[in-house]
Order: sequence, then C-alpha cells, then structure tokens
Amino acid sequence: MKVTKLALLVGLTAAIPSLSHADTLQDVMEKDVLNCGVSTGIPGFSAADSKGVWKGIDVDMCRSVASAVLGDASKVKYIPLTAKERFTALQSGEIDLLARSSTWTATRDTSLGLNFAGVNYYDGQGFLISKKLGVTSAKELDGATFCIQAGTTSELNLTDYFKSNGMEYKAVTYDTSGQTIDGFKKGRCDAVTSDASQLYGLKLKMDDPNTVMVLPEIISKEPLGPVVRQGDDNWFNVVRWSLFAALEAEELGVTSSNAEAMMKSENPSIKRLLGTTGNAGENLGLKSDWAYQIVKQVGNYSEMFDKNVGKDSPLNIDRGLNKLWNQGGLMYAMPIR
Amino acid sequence: MNNKQLPIDGKGFLNNPQHRAVFFQIIALIAVILCAFYFANNMFDNIEKRGITTGFSFLDNTAGFGISQTLTNYDDGTSTYFDVFIVGLLNTLLVSILGIIFASILGLLVGIGRLSNNFLISKLSLIYIETFRNIPILLQILFWYNVVLAALPSPRQSMNYLDSVFLNNRGLLIPEPIFESGSSAILISFIIAVAAVFYLTRWSRKRHDKTGEEFPLIKVSLAILILAPTLVYFIVGQPISAVYPELKGFNFRGGLAIIPELLALLFALSIYTATYIAEAVRAGIEAVPKGQKEAAKALGLKDHIILSKVVLPQALRVIIPPVINQFLNLTKNSSLATAIGYPELVTLFSGTTLNQVGQAIEIILMTMAVYLTISIVISLLLNWVNAKMAIKGR
Repeated sequence: MKVTKLALLVGLTAAIPSLSHADTLQDVMEKDVLNCGVSTGIPGFSAADSKGVWKGIDVDMCRSVASAVLGDASKVKYIPLTAKERFTALQSGEIDLLARSSTWTATRDTSLGLNFAGVNYYDGQGFLISKKLGVTSAKELDGATFCIQAGTTSELNLTDYFKSNGMEYKAVTYDTSGQTIDGFKKGRCDAVTSDASQLYGLKLKMDDPNTVMVLPEIISKEPLGPVVRQGDDNWFNVVRWSLFAALEAEELGVTSSNAEAMMKSENPSIKRLLGTTGNAGENLGLKSDWAYQIVKQVGNYSEMFDKNVGKDSPLNIDRGLNKLWNQGGLMYAMPIR
Repeated sequence: MNNKQLPIDGKGFLNNPQHRAVFFQIIALIAVILCAFYFANNMFDNIEKRGITTGFSFLDNTAGFGISQTLTNYDDGTSTYFDVFIVGLLNTLLVSILGIIFASILGLLVGIGRLSNNFLISKLSLIYIETFRNIPILLQILFWYNVVLAALPSPRQSMNYLDSVFLNNRGLLIPEPIFESGSSAILISFIIAVAAVFYLTRWSRKRHDKTGEEFPLIKVSLAILILAPTLVYFIVGQPISAVYPELKGFNFRGGLAIIPELLALLFALSIYTATYIAEAVRAGIEAVPKGQKEAAKALGLKDHIILSKVVLPQALRVIIPPVINQFLNLTKNSSLATAIGYPELVTLFSGTTLNQVGQAIEIILMTMAVYLTISIVISLLLNWVNAKMAIKGR
C-alpha cells in the first residue's frame, strides 16, 4: 500500500511540468494588469509623488504598454526595485516589464536571459560636485572620493575613466540612490557619479540646489531602455513597438490632444499608426487601436519627455541626443507598415 | 465480525517495530531528496530555457570596480570577481573578529556591573542593557553611521594629533608601517619571546606548587615581550619606517585609513551584542551557589580575588553556550552593513558582483556557504573551549 503511494508520488513529481512564463502577453491580458518594475525614486524617470502617483518617463513606458495591451494606462502595478534587485525580479517573473533606467550593455543583453527592447533615453555618466570644491572639470578630481549606487554601470565606468586618465579615486558604494545622495550631503564623498539625467534629479533633492553643480564632462554612453525576458518574442515585439509608436506619433505630429481628430486624417502613415488601415495591431496580438490608445492616454514621445524631464519639468533637461533623427538626435522609430 | 486478533508477533518485515522505524525514515528521506531534486531540476530547466549563463567561470573575469576598504592588494583595473569575494570575506571577518572582542569586553564589564552593590553602576548597566537590547540592530547601525558622519569634520578641517593621526568624515587616518628587509627578525624575536613567556609561566606555576614561592610573572613577562623585539629592532638597524598621511588635494594620501563605515558598524554591533553577553554573564554569575562566595569571604579573600578565582571560573560554564550564540549572531548581523555601504561579503559579492554578473544562484550559494562555514567554525571552537572548561571527574 505504502509502496504504491510512493510510486504514485514519484510519478506525479516527474509529470508536473516545470513552471515558466512562456507567453507574457497572454498572462498580462488574463491578469488584466501589467506588473512593471520601476526605480525606488529617480525624479523624472520613475518616482511616486506626494499623493503616491507614479510619474516619469519610465513610468510612461509602463503606461504605454498597458494602454496598448489592456487599453487602459492605469492598469499598471508598479514594483519599486533597487539597482541590485531589478534583473532578478524580471528573470523570476515577478515583473513583466522592467522600465528602470537600465543601461543596455552586451553582458546584460547576452548573459542574463534578458532582452533590451529599445532605447527610451540616451544618457551618459556625469559628476555632481559641491561648488565649494572649486573644481570646474572632471580632470581635476584626482584623489577624490565618490558616492555611487551599487550594481550600476557607473561603478565600472568610473574605474575606466580614472585608469585611462592616470588618476586615483576612492569609491563609497551605497544600496539606493537615496543613501547615495545622503552620503554626499553629509560629506562622506566629494562627488556623486551617476547618469547625468539622474544627477539633475538628485540636485533637486539637495537642501540648497545652488550649492552643487553638474560637471560638463560626460564619461560614458548610457542608452537606457525597457527590458523583457529573453525567449518571448511576441512580448518583446509588443514592448518594442509601443516605444516606436510614441516616437512615430511625435514624428507625424500626433499628440494626446489631437489624436481623436487625427483618426480622420488622410495621411497614410497616420492611418497605419492609428490603426484605421493596415493590420499592425493584429500582428502584434493586440487591438487595432493599440497605438491610438498610447498616444491618447499617455502622449507621444515629446510629450512624455517634456512633461517628465524636459522643459515642462523641474529638471529642465535639454533634449540633446534624445531629439528625433530628423532634428539632429538619435531617436528613430522603424516605420509602421 | 471483526474479532480477528491482530498478529502482534507476526513474521512480516514491518511487524518488527525497529524495522518499521527505519523503513519510514528511509521513505521520508527519499521523499525529501526527490523534492529537492525536483526543485533543482526545475530551476536548471528554467535557467536553460531563458538563456541565463550558469557556472562559476565568472570568478575569473575582471571585476573593474573600486572598493573603499581592501585588506588585499586589490586593483580595480585587473582584479577578478574571485578577488572581490576574498576582499568581502576578509572585511566580514575583520568586523566580526573586532566586534566579538569589543562586545566580549564590554559585555563582561556591564554584566558584572549589573550585579554591583553600587546603586549607580548597577542601574546604569540596567539602563544600557534595556535600551540597546530593545532597539533593532539595523536602526542602531544607521544611527551610529549618521552620528559618525555628522560629528566629524571634513578632511580640510581634520582633527589632528601630532600631525600623524587624523580624524575626519573620511575616516581615521594613522601612519602606515613599512616593513623593510630585516623586519622578519623582529617577528621571530617576538615569537621566541612569547614561547619564553609560555615556559616561564609553566615553570613558575610548578615552583609555586612545590615551594609556595611567588614569582613576579607579569612584570618579567612584559619585560621580555617588550624588550626582546625592541632590542632586535635596533640591532638590525631600524627596518620599520612609517608613511604618514598627508593632505593632498581633496583627501589624505598615504597612511592607513579606517573608514567611517567600519567605525559605525563596529560600534553598533559591539554595543548591541554586548547587551546579550552582559545578560549571559549575569545569569552565569547568579548561577554560582551563594555558599561559594560566602565560603571564599570567610577565608578572607578580597572581593576581586573572589570574582576572578572563585565566581568567574564556575560561572563561565554557564556563560559560554549562550555567548557562542551571540558571537554567531554578531557575525551574521554584520551583513546588515549593506545599509551603510561597508564593503563586506553581502554588499560586495551578493550585491555589486551579483548585479554586474547576474548569476544569482551561484553567488547566493557561495555567500551562504561562507556564513555557514564561519558559524560552524566559531561553534566548534567554542564547544571545544566549553568542553575544556566543563567540570571534570565529578
């Protein structure tokens, strides 16, 4: 009797299929909510405001995907992650999409079982220093101590930069960006180094933002973008084209306020984008108005940029590399046709 | 009709209670192994499906990030992830060993103070224990870190002692000794001195047992320990020099720096763990029968002799087991340093390295193995001490 039960147990164990998340798109549609991994608070990228509402250009990436897939930008569950936790959270299936200003590197793209779906912000690493130091260039920082967030590409770039310039430095590594800026405030280090966009945000967290400055040097390439699990091509496509749709909308002059009127437009590119002709949505496994929902509910790329990090935000960062390709920037959406 | 008698002494294999017990244990063991096998299998299956790299070959890759405190010759340009592992391990051991030493001393003093007849001392000890024992250790670490950083001046306004020791919010800077050729002679002379003191102690004890004569052991030992290496130092031509810390640009260069993270962590861990050790000490002392103390007093022994020769040796038997646990706790609590950026094993290896490499399972396994090993070693060591201290032949 016991033996049969045991045999049954062994048989069952062997028969249970291993747990995995093969079809994220279907999962998200069934749950009717998108689990999106964001930062624990990087102003302009992903940060909860005083009312607990998440805002930022990465948050808008989550909202775009939710609009395209679920038709509702608010159906997002935000999961704040530290730099250390982010990739594990995505690998383990805790989140469906990671939009947490993550730099696209070869190692991350090839060895973590992840794929970068595109670039939603071209960034570079810079230095935030106290004006008291009287330093005007990063080349004068020989011997300085830096506060850095653990597990970022900033740690590696800093070493490269100082080695190649024959300078010495010391690094104090903290877990979160909050602790990093705290260490800087208390004088544990001479400078903070991170992606330049984050430094503008951290500057606002200082008691008196006028006592600090961002140095002009940019020491690295930091293409930041949304990340998905490898091996789920359909979901990868959905995220990639959600990003392209916002860029294409800017290029075609479709905004959240004129999207409804644009539905009647005779421009064939706009018609394909908004789904009045063509079958882009159907091929992605989405409704035909997927891109319309993104633009209507979240906005096109320039709206996202200006509202969160650009001229309409306290950060007031110049578009720079993040301009469209036809305006001198790097932002280029593949054609929707 | 169910009156058939059960075969109490039947011949079946399972009718023997001993066989039955073994049989069920084997079944349970197989079930556990199968379960573990299933989970492991599932894990590897999923890892392979997602194209995540596995294995330990990442340990040979160049790490390429800076670390604020390294006890080895770590170079942020060429050292590998394995070097990072070693640096983290040593930093963990450093803070644990120093913490255990300080916590033991403080705990012993406070534990004795708690039993003092002096009202002020005993109440102060009580307040200390009750306050620090009841505040979470993580909060205390953050508290001391903020106190250390807030209380200390910037490098340019450093507190300065004799132009050789500096204290500022980058840490405590002390001259770094440089050992040139001939230094080993000093080390050898010191070892010989220690051996000499060891034999002197045995000899004086034997003589004391035989003749009852006292030998001024402490004074003579100290003289040997200090004089011998000093003499050799001058004979071989002063081979040890020092590099003094010097303010250059933003920071001090040269010298040894004790970083504020280490100071804060050491402070917090020692103060917190000492409260538990103090309570263990108190419990141990109170466990010694009153008659022992009274008998010692009746013999005319002084109070400090009673404590050191009569009470403590007996109390130690009660004290050691709970204190072992506290040493283990202190070591494990040192991983909370990740909150203030002290570069110990968890921060460096399962923090930064994990994020750069992304191989969570291997890295977490290695980290867990380290803590397990450290804990087992401490446990074995103190169990051995405990066995030596135990009452013999009673």
